[in-house]
Amino acid sequence: MSTIAMGHAGTEAAPAEKKGLWSWITTVDHKRIGILYGVTAFIFFLLGGLEALLIRWQLGAPDKTFLSPEAYNQLFTMHGTTMIFLGVMPLSAMFFNYFIPLQIGARDVAFPRLNAYSYWVFLFGGLVLNASFLFNAAPDMGWFAYANLTSKQFSPGLNVDFWIIGLQILGIASLAAAVNFFVTILNLRAPGMKMMRMPMFVWMSLITQVLLLLAFPIITVALVLLMLDRNFGTHFFVPSGGGDPVLWQHLFWLFGHPEVYILILPAFGVVSEILPVFSRKPLFGYAAMVFSGCFIAFLGFGVWSHHMFSTGLGPMADTVFSLGTMLIAIPTGVKIFNWIGTVWGGSIQYKTPMYFALGFVAMFIIGGLSGVMHASPPADLQQTDSYFIVAHFHYVLFGGSIFALTAGAYYWFPKMTGRMLSEGLGKVHFWLMFIGFNLTFAPMHILGLNGMPRRVYTYSAGMGFEFWNAIETAGSLILGFSFLVFIVNILKSLKSGEVATADPWHGATLEWSIPSPPQEWNFAVEPTVDGRDPLWELRRANGGTLPEPARVSGKGIHLPSPSYWPIVTAFGTAMTLVGFLMHVTLWVILAGLAITMIGIFSWAFEPADH
Amino acid sequence: MAHDTAHAMHPPTATGLDTRKLAIWTFIGSECLFFATLISNYLVYKGHSLVGPLPHEASQCMLHGEMTACEPIFEIPLVTFGTAVLLFSSFFVVLALNGAQKGNRKQLIGWLSATVVCGLFFIGMQVYEFQHFYHKGLGYTTNLFGSSFYTLTGFHGAHVTIGIIWLVTVLILALRGKLPPEKALNLELAALYWHFVDVVWIVIFPVVYLMR
Ligand SMILES: [Cu+2]
Repeated sequence: MSTIAMGHAGTEAAPAEKKGLWSWITTVDHKRIGILYGVTAFIFFLLGGLEALLIRWQLGAPDKTFLSPEAYNQLFTMHGTTMIFLGVMPLSAMFFNYFIPLQIGARDVAFPRLNAYSYWVFLFGGLVLNASFLFNAAPDMGWFAYANLTSKQFSPGLNVDFWIIGLQILGIASLAAAVNFFVTILNLRAPGMKMMRMPMFVWMSLITQVLLLLAFPIITVALVLLMLDRNFGTHFFVPSGGGDPVLWQHLFWLFGHPEVYILILPAFGVVSEILPVFSRKPLFGYAAMVFSGCFIAFLGFGVWSHHMFSTGLGPMADTVFSLGTMLIAIPTGVKIFNWIGTVWGGSIQYKTPMYFALGFVAMFIIGGLSGVMHASPPADLQQTDSYFIVAHFHYVLFGGSIFALTAGAYYWFPKMTGRMLSEGLGKVHFWLMFIGFNLTFAPMHILGLNGMPRRVYTYSAGMGFEFWNAIETAGSLILGFSFLVFIVNILKSLKSGEVATADPWHGATLEWSIPSPPQEWNFAVEPTVDGRDPLWELRRANGGTLPEPARVSGKGIHLPSPSYWPIVTAFGTAMTLVGFLMHVTLWVILAGLAITMIGIFSWAFEPADH
Repeated sequence: MAHDTAHAMHPPTATGLDTRKLAIWTFIGSECLFFATLISNYLVYKGHSLVGPLPHEASQCMLHGEMTACEPIFEIPLVTFGTAVLLFSSFFVVLALNGAQKGNRKQLIGWLSATVVCGLFFIGMQVYEFQHFYHKGLGYTTNLFGSSFYTLTGFHGAHVTIGIIWLVTVLILALRGKLPPEKALNLELAALYWHFVDVVWIVIFPVVYLMR
């Protein structure tokens, strides 16, 4: 390793420790932006969880009137939309932000101010979407918003408009972030880190960015067309003017199926980091993991109509989309066998991150298998719109994504905060979550096959639905409680947790080579890499131990300056789109555009570093 | 965005490609899907309009409050000329970039101005065309053809407008002498985007105007 001075070394003073609200508003540090994403997304996640608990309370017994049908519709729509766009995606973004630069040995992302812009746009999008509650007009047509339920005729209120504009704003955040991370991963890798040496989390993140870049423009156009139908009187999805509601389904699922991989691939990456570290074995079948990830993403664009078997597309289309969907089981199976192969024969460390990672593998297998079941159109026709589907996608999104992201939270918390989480509370959290999750969602398979439809606010007594619904509601309370344990664990740790060393888990990747939490510039000395598990190689060469890295003064290290233009530009962007919310509010649009333009120009011409 | 990279002072990137250029290419890749979706939308609804006017054939349509016979909407010569102008502007911006890289101020400013003028002409042509079509009975919500045509070409026009604003910004930099050869990349990025906008039109022109 050699010292590489970045930029004008020498005369400048060491960057001062930055504190206070203003420093968070103007930050362009990928680690702070990662924390902002994490905290914001966790709050939205809890909100989505609360919505779920209200739904479960309503369904706990037959014929309950705890929620009106209208409130119920709003809650299940907002629960789905929130968990996908404001929960899982930005929780993944937290890890992208914090750990992609650290794992590739970079000092920041390629475009630090664009990164801050992405976060602020995401925050404003989440706020606009949830502001609908204040107008008693939360979206109420289901998270995939089928036409022509969304037409002015059948949804005259602002509910659909809040959904359109909220998602449109969030889409801009995702696209800006995707460009940034795609370029960061390709261009900012430390010397020696070839593509086939990148940590698996970075690989899966890279594939996720490609999916974001290709899928989000499609939903952007679909949302624009729907907005035009509602506010400008076009008939793209309105049959009375010749429009075809099924086109909405095609456009939505052309985005929607890749979107499920956007939700799960980062989780695959996190688990592929954790299993090797806690098995003390390199990842089994690295290349197979990479190529199966690419294959899943590629196939992901050709299977969207498996969401539309009940639309009646004809035997030819059904056959093609059915076979394509079944084909995806192959690369996914490759991944699962590789995870098992990684753990097999390893010297397993029973730590909390490992519990959650193993929980992920088990739960994801169940969700994956029920997924293959409705790849078959006749089976799908039986299962679609029933609780069987609800069971399936919660096994992949909660049993999959959320278990893996929680594993990541326990794994990387020491690096992000410098404190260890309690192992005892962590394991209590795991068992409560594992039991609560299965009690909540496993019975939905049975209820679905017994004919209980999803999205109906109640059911009559005597239909045979009572018992399992009561169990599910009890399970959901345990599940909710498990997150209280998690919060207590976090707060206790921040206050008085054991201080974390740089490498508490004997990790393999570069983020464990620097102090916990990292200093603002990440790497005092630019690392060079000559293998897939650089830290293990270093440890081996060093006789099994690694010296604790010293905190350095950072004098002469060149960092991007803080800037408030990202938040200004983000505000302008959100404002412009909000102008299209209530019919067309021209002054809002023009003011928003003006703020955006001022923001972009000031940003482009301000000096990028101190 | 002009200087926004933590590693601007640290040129050898892992791929050897400039970070900003790679970002523009990535963005363009994403934009391809945006226009592909809009073009698909136009094609899906081609021939599905319930009333006239229609792109290539005479039809019955509502004009001044009564149903009358309407002529086909498209008039190919004008738009062909506009297409040619936009195509030439792509050529001009290459000459401007060449001037910027060589440090030839005259060549840079001359060709860059020509590019901007071509872009403005194209937008003018589009505004005239929209007005003309409107007077021939094709409003925004008249039929699916009108809605999908105006949406597609309108979004393209918006992209051209953003391109013009970007090029004018670079032109002002050049006029102030702030575009020396080592900063020619600032023009190259705008030029890449401009080429993309042209290429999209090269797809739209035959698919929308020529294909029957
Ligand atoms: Cu799907």
